[in-house]
Amino acid sequence: MANHNTQATEEQVQYAAILEKGMYAGLVLMVITFALYVLGIMPPIVPLSEISTYWSMPVHDYLVAINTNFIHWEHLPTGWSWVKLIGYGDFLNFLPVTILSGITILCYMVITPGLFARGDKAMGIMAVAEVLILTLAASGLLAVGSH
Amino acid sequence: MQGKIKEKVGLLFVSLMCTIMLSPAWALATEATAMNPVPAMGEADWWKWPVILLFVTFVMGIIAVLGGVGGGVLFVPIIGGFFPFHLDFVRGAGLLVALCGALAAGPGLLKANLASLRLAMPVALIASTMAIVGAMVGLALPTHIVQLALGGTILGIVAIMLSAKKSTVPHVPQADALSTALRITGVFYEPTTKEEINWKIHRTIPGLLTFIIIGFMAGMFGLGAGWANVPVLNLMMGAPLKISVATSKFLLSITDTSAAWIYLNKGCVIPMMVVPSLIGIMLGSFVGVRLLKVAKPTFIRWMVIVILLFAGLKAVQKGLSTMGYNLF
Repeated sequence: MANHNTQATEEQVQYAAILEKGMYAGLVLMVITFALYVLGIMPPIVPLSEISTYWSMPVHDYLVAINTNFIHWEHLPTGWSWVKLIGYGDFLNFLPVTILSGITILCYMVITPGLFARGDKAMGIMAVAEVLILTLAASGLLAVGSH
Repeated sequence: MQGKIKEKVGLLFVSLMCTIMLSPAWALATEATAMNPVPAMGEADWWKWPVILLFVTFVMGIIAVLGGVGGGVLFVPIIGGFFPFHLDFVRGAGLLVALCGALAAGPGLLKANLASLRLAMPVALIASTMAIVGAMVGLALPTHIVQLALGGTILGIVAIMLSAKKSTVPHVPQADALSTALRITGVFYEPTTKEEINWKIHRTIPGLLTFIIIGFMAGMFGLGAGWANVPVLNLMMGAPLKISVATSKFLLSITDTSAAWIYLNKGCVIPMMVVPSLIGIMLGSFVGVRLLKVAKPTFIRWMVIVILLFAGLKAVQKGLSTMGYNLF
């Protein structure tokens, strides 16, 4: 077989390896947490038999309704406040979703030092900027003032 | 003999799926649900919608692979138009569907050097920033306005699908200054011609500016954006088709991540909707890849166009009916 000069760059291979691990971890965990939820092994905060009453509401009304009926907090369960509810089957499912949504940030963080070390300043700065943008989105700060 | 039987079964299956998706009975059955957002089911029947969702997303996964489109672009208009779920949750789930598809394909495409990280990084920075803005605007606007804009966008996608051309290896006489400075270039092996193809890009600045709009729309509607990424990367910026398709798929893993965080943090994720959708789409994609050998691409492409046309009109109709205009 011919030796084609089509190898991916070092940072690309590094990025792919982390992305792959995060993707598998997230998907496997998602199947497990959903099974725990739907089979009733971990009881949800919103009973399974009542969930269909809420999913047709706009998100704000939904949050108000589940907070009033089940959670009883002073504030709505937005941002990272789901972590406090991780002991319930429905909110446990946020964990794999968070892994799947967060793995890209980790990928960028890992390749950034290598980009600067190889003198690839422009791409290095872009990687830092991307980490900052995604971290801001993930922080929940932008969810303040939810309608 | 066995091959012929398999081919006939495959074609029969695809035709059956098309019939179900395009059937007026399906439209009417779901219309009743759309008019009455809280389904008229007893509490003991809560599981029916997730099971229907699993089945429909399974079919959608098959059609998406055969039609060469992303799952998100079918998911949002169809589930938003014909299921009892509110559009806020449909868009959140749609982004996660597109994100998981991109995450599943991304590592392989990067390792094979078909997706280019260097091409994706500047594009992703712009698209993911604008996806955040789009998500925030989309969640702040009244639902009927988003529904109406979604319908218009879907009809626009139909127009793009009908008119857009593709170029396997576009002619790029000279790389522009920005792409040269960023070293956005690469080599890939084309097995059909047994050639190593050196590629470079041009019109980098107009291309990047276009991703301001694409990112915004991806975040606002939760659609994914492969339908727009590929023509811009391929026809405007001059990346070869294979590189454009692969980089677009990988790009969604970054663009949709930023918007997905906004939807997640605003509470727009209901696991009972998201997980059956992801499982359905992924299982459907596996079957779709197998059916790809026997399906007729032209027929499937036309079917996707008709489904999107139907779903786009449905979204427009829902948006207008909320405003008091009844078209149909």
